[in-house]
Amino acid sequence: MKIIVNGDPREVAATTLSELLAECGYSGRVATAVNEVFVASSARIRHALADGDRVEILAPMQGG
Amino acid sequence: MRSFYGSQLANPLMLGTAQYPSPAILEAAFRDSKAAIATVSLRREGAGGAGQSFWQMIRDLEVHILPNTAGCHTVKEAVTTAHMAREVFDTPWIKLELIGHTDSLQPDVFQLVEAARILTEDGFEVFPYTTEDLIVGERLLGAGCEVLMPWGAPIGSGRGLANEYALRAMRSEFPDTPLVVDAGIGLPSHAAHAMELGFDAVLLNTAVARAGDPAAMARAMAQAVEAGRLACQADPIEPRDMATPSTPVIGKAFLS
Repeated sequence: MKIIVNGDPREVAATTLSELLAECGYSGRVATAVNEVFVASSARIRHALADGDRVEILAPMQGG
Repeated sequence: MRSFYGSQLANPLMLGTAQYPSPAILEAAFRDSKAAIATVSLRREGAGGAGQSFWQMIRDLEVHILPNTAGCHTVKEAVTTAHMAREVFDTPWIKLELIGHTDSLQPDVFQLVEAARILTEDGFEVFPYTTEDLIVGERLLGAGCEVLMPWGAPIGSGRGLANEYALRAMRSEFPDTPLVVDAGIGLPSHAAHAMELGFDAVLLNTAVARAGDPAAMARAMAQAVEAGRLACQADPIEPRDMATPSTPVIGKAFLS
């Protein structure tokens, strides 16, 4: 299945959002959105992905 | 003393975390500024996990964390970013930025009010980055905001308080609301100026982070906000057009 992760297309085996995070090596404190909709961390395990989904994975960063 | 959603700040300085030459200098600037709040953001996490080490460093500063929605241009984008920030930073506080103009980074106040209402209804405690417009301020309070953060001048411009008259009017119009000058501060004198007007805090980033010696500028800002706050509490004299001698006239020797 092809998923767009932070703007980059990837071919992944994951079928849920939590599997995607594990497959892509994300283990720390991140927030997620799928197709521009926020998905809480507690909902990732049951959030099924579909081909072409756009996933944003954000982390703490410097800001003003 | 006016509080920020129930929190009293030990120091009326809010400091951004962006643009420092190194993490060590960022830490030195925070230590020397005695800032009570650190503003932070959310960006795409790379494979290296840079966000995780930043998060650890920010936690070690032991200050309040105020995540922003910097760079958002639509209500939807800002609301989604706020939800993501609330989860990552574990705080209901959000510095709500809705940018309306590319060059000036002027807030889009119409979308700002709408986003503030949505977020407040969802349990957020919103710190809106706004203009000095009184009616917008009223609308933001009506939307549930308990803090207003008008700009002093465009973000990063270092021009100081471009519209002192309007900021004075805001202070007068909203006597019970915590007010913060957010953006445009370039020098300690600008920060002192805001505090002399009776503002409750100053939020700045570039003036410290891009100074040649950020830690020294952080110390200067700390002293400036303290001086400005004391001056406001000390009930300053009113300016006047003509001179009045400060040395007593009575008792002067006749020597001419």
